[in-house]
Amino acid sequence: MLRGRAFKFGDSISTDHIIPGRYAHLRSNLPELAKHVLEDADPSFVSKVKKGDFIVAGSNFGLGSSREHAPLVIKMAGVSAILARSVARIFFRNAINLGLPVLICDTDHIDDGDELEVDLAEGTVKDLTNGRELTFGRIPEVMLRILDEGGLISYIQKHGDFKL
Amino acid sequence: MGKTLAEKILSAGTGNDARAGDMVIARVDLVFIQDTTGPLTIKQFQASGLKRLANPQRTVVFIDHAAPSPTSTLSNDHLFLRQFAQETGAILSELGSGVCHQLVAESLARPGDIVVGSDSHTVTAGGLGAFATGMGSSDVAVAMGLGKTWFRVPESIRVVVSGDFPKGVGAKDLILHLIGRIGVDGATYKALEFSGAAVAAMSMSQRFTIANMVVEAGAKVGLFPADETTRKYLVAQGRGDDYEPLSPDGDAVYEQTIEINVAELEPTVARPHRMDNTALARELKGTKIQQVFIGTCTNGRLEDLAVAAGILKGKKCHPATRLIIAPASRQVLLEAIKAGYLQTLVEAGATILPAGCGPCLGLHQGVLGDGEACLSTANRNFKGRMGNPEAFVYLASPATAAATAISGEITDPREVL
Repeated sequence: MLRGRAFKFGDSISTDHIIPGRYAHLRSNLPELAKHVLEDADPSFVSKVKKGDFIVAGSNFGLGSSREHAPLVIKMAGVSAILARSVARIFFRNAINLGLPVLICDTDHIDDGDELEVDLAEGTVKDLTNGRELTFGRIPEVMLRILDEGGLISYIQKHGDFKL
Repeated sequence: MGKTLAEKILSAGTGNDARAGDMVIARVDLVFIQDTTGPLTIKQFQASGLKRLANPQRTVVFIDHAAPSPTSTLSNDHLFLRQFAQETGAILSELGSGVCHQLVAESLARPGDIVVGSDSHTVTAGGLGAFATGMGSSDVAVAMGLGKTWFRVPESIRVVVSGDFPKGVGAKDLILHLIGRIGVDGATYKALEFSGAAVAAMSMSQRFTIANMVVEAGAKVGLFPADETTRKYLVAQGRGDDYEPLSPDGDAVYEQTIEINVAELEPTVARPHRMDNTALARELKGTKIQQVFIGTCTNGRLEDLAVAAGILKGKKCHPATRLIIAPASRQVLLEAIKAGYLQTLVEAGATILPAGCGPCLGLHQGVLGDGEACLSTANRNFKGRMGNPEAFVYLASPATAAATAISGEITDPREVL
């Protein structure tokens, strides 16, 4: 069970919003890089987010670059899961590969600051602030197994190969 | 039941019948990293316990995004990449060689190949019929070590292109028009497969421009058939043996078909800060532009520089507008020198950058000031893309870029042709 506050974002939050290219010189210094997470979408995010909180976004979250640094700095900020109406393909895979759950659901009725409770096994999101309950779409089996191992690298460390 | 190009290539790559929606493990024929995503990829590779590259001669390390390096931290990343290439036997593509996607197109990808790169514009090689797609560092690290990866076989959207391009209109206008029509998530998880009489008539350069930007509509891959034009291109690149004809089956099943008659297109521009925020160049007349950038994996090829030089010959850039040019590769640079295009462009006032990514991603070589606007031939215009969230990026063709450099405001190139 995951519990935290919702940080609400709109549609089409790109990887450039999440971690701009101008900080590429910090990519080998992840703690410094992480200080700029989502800076171009909400400059106050990094100072407000706490361990366990959620990013709640509209459609096509994470579009753009293949930089795995984008979900990485989100994870480093303490975010426990991303909830979005839809998510860009490369970002989706990258987040799961880092062990960061991405849950596809109707996020329209979740407000910024709402207290949420996510049950990954049951596939449900409870908005404790407004009392609504949502279900999210199933993650494909192969990705679920990677997520269960905490990400692709630990999955490969353990299994040495893919299994579908 | 027939197969789409995506299904054909992934079937061959798995040895099984791969159909849209299937999950498959496929062979990877070419895998590459570049200098902004490569260091993390190497760290993930080293952490994974995979000791060796599956195929060092088909693993490439490109130094192109911050090349030459603007800071010591990036220089140290470059050292790390060079050391990895030396230790593993991977091919190293040094700074000045050009943008990874252009070099993959010129020298490495073959029709029917499965190509994975740690850069979203890996899709460019779809122009010659390769199933080429961008992935993150973990996926690419594992593909380097195992020589394979998993895919969900994408559904395909067929884009049937007919008609002749009017003067001043080209491949960039077509792909911007398509993205404007279907939106930045209009092809999420899908393959875009291009066909029709206008595709058959297109040069490889035009095909690469279109394939390059399919990811801007969310597509996993953008595929062109491999035909006589592809064969001639590969022969001219000294690798005719890499040619293999490739076309979808006549009875392949598509999720949908989109028809575009290019004769009806006009010079098109994507406005800030989204690639689907399109308008016609003539509708944006009067929009002042402080910097024009011609280059990148989208439009930094010889044909693009030829178009720009044709428009700028004997003309001068507007005094309030800087023109920056970065050829996509050393080959493009050499050919542009030989053809006289660079002389023409420099005489018009252009600044020539080394072959590479240039200012596209906001790292160096042309970062914008607060409130400034750039008209760029690149592929992305997200807020902050060119290094400053207070700046504005418009995307357009090399023809529109050249016309804009002369007038200092967004200009329909048909006015100067």
